[in-house]
Amino acid sequence: MEAVNLMLWTFDTLLGLGLLWVAWRTLACADLFKGIVLFVAFGLLMALAWVRLDAPDIALAEAAIGAGVTGALLMAALARLRASETDEGSAGQLGSEGSDAEPSQWLPVVILLVVAAGLGHALLSLPPEAVGLGAEIAAHLDISGVSNPVTAVLLNFRGYDTLLEMVVLFVALLGVWSLGREIEQGASAPGPVLDTLARILAPVLILVAAYLLWVGAHAPGGAFQAGSVLGAAGLLLLLAGWRPRADLTARPLRLALVAGPGTFVAVAVVTLLTGAWLLEFPPKHAGTLILILEATATLSIGVTLAALFLGGRPRHDQELR
Amino acid sequence: MMPSDCISAALLIAGGIFFLAGTFGLLRFPDVYTRLHALTKADNVGLGLMVAGLALQAESWAVVGKLLLIWLLVLLAGASVAHLVAGQALRTGTRPWKR
Repeated sequence: MEAVNLMLWTFDTLLGLGLLWVAWRTLACADLFKGIVLFVAFGLLMALAWVRLDAPDIALAEAAIGAGVTGALLMAALARLRASETDEGSAGQLGSEGSDAEPSQWLPVVILLVVAAGLGHALLSLPPEAVGLGAEIAAHLDISGVSNPVTAVLLNFRGYDTLLEMVVLFVALLGVWSLGREIEQGASAPGPVLDTLARILAPVLILVAAYLLWVGAHAPGGAFQAGSVLGAAGLLLLLAGWRPRADLTARPLRLALVAGPGTFVAVAVVTLLTGAWLLEFPPKHAGTLILILEATATLSIGVTLAALFLGGRPRHDQELR
Repeated sequence: MMPSDCISAALLIAGGIFFLAGTFGLLRFPDVYTRLHALTKADNVGLGLMVAGLALQAESWAVVGKLLLIWLLVLLAGASVAHLVAGQALRTGTRPWKR
């Protein structure tokens, strides 16, 4: 037992130091491409750390969203950045930015120090023995409609957090769409390997998303993990050169995008009107309601992530005319 | 220790050796193509050995199936991504290393 404990302690220490080191390298490296690769590596190490902290739900979300989808989004942003740089003939501007120190560069440092001091103060003023809400949640789990405490908290006890998260994701996409249209597709063909990979993996990923959605009721999983896997299927198809048909990008796409937040808001309004608290589910129907909310949320999250990857409003015929 | 535990341990250690060798290859090999070679070897064989070792400890056939599925998906993704990276490197003019 001693040897196992020592090994785990060594592993945790190396993991913690590795996280700090990769985080520093991500921030300090001048090459943006390298920075993104390091960021993805950081996300994967972070997922491992969450596993070690016995939080497999967060580990799944971190690996799928933090490392996977965010990495792909950053790569897409970098590709767009480089394309616009070569358009304006101003390539190489970014690298030389750090050399001339302006006085305003100290402002972020001061802000960060203030934030760090605040966080440190909050950390030090915590009670030494955290009580937590674990016992409270376990006591009420049977009225939540699910047996996975994480899903019970996210979709039932603190459903409004998840409602707001859905809205945040939606607003992020609105922000991207208001900046411009989708990037013009390059002339390069995806090649047979990527094409075949997308054809094989896309159905598998959709199946995995459905599995994660279903399993979330009693084990690690749920809407955000399932949604990011669904989004990954979309990314893969988009990378392989697939584009949604013009009649799909008009109303059906927008309906899929608002399905999640829309259902959430509708359920919230209905629970308010029927005399209960906001998003307070009757225990008898809680399981069904959570499944409906999670299913629509999964669809919306997946479609939103894939739409973010396009980097702008999709072109469709109505707008081109 | 059960005989299956011994076999599991041997498979896991063998898998670990493959990953170690793959990491050395990634750090020490001279160019992107040889590094990809080392990396995919570690991923494919190393993970296969690990999955075999873990499958012997699995409680049900469903778990064995999930482990196998993970291995197959990594095989597919690893091989395809290695091909894509190598193809892109060739197109952008990275010459294969020659002695």
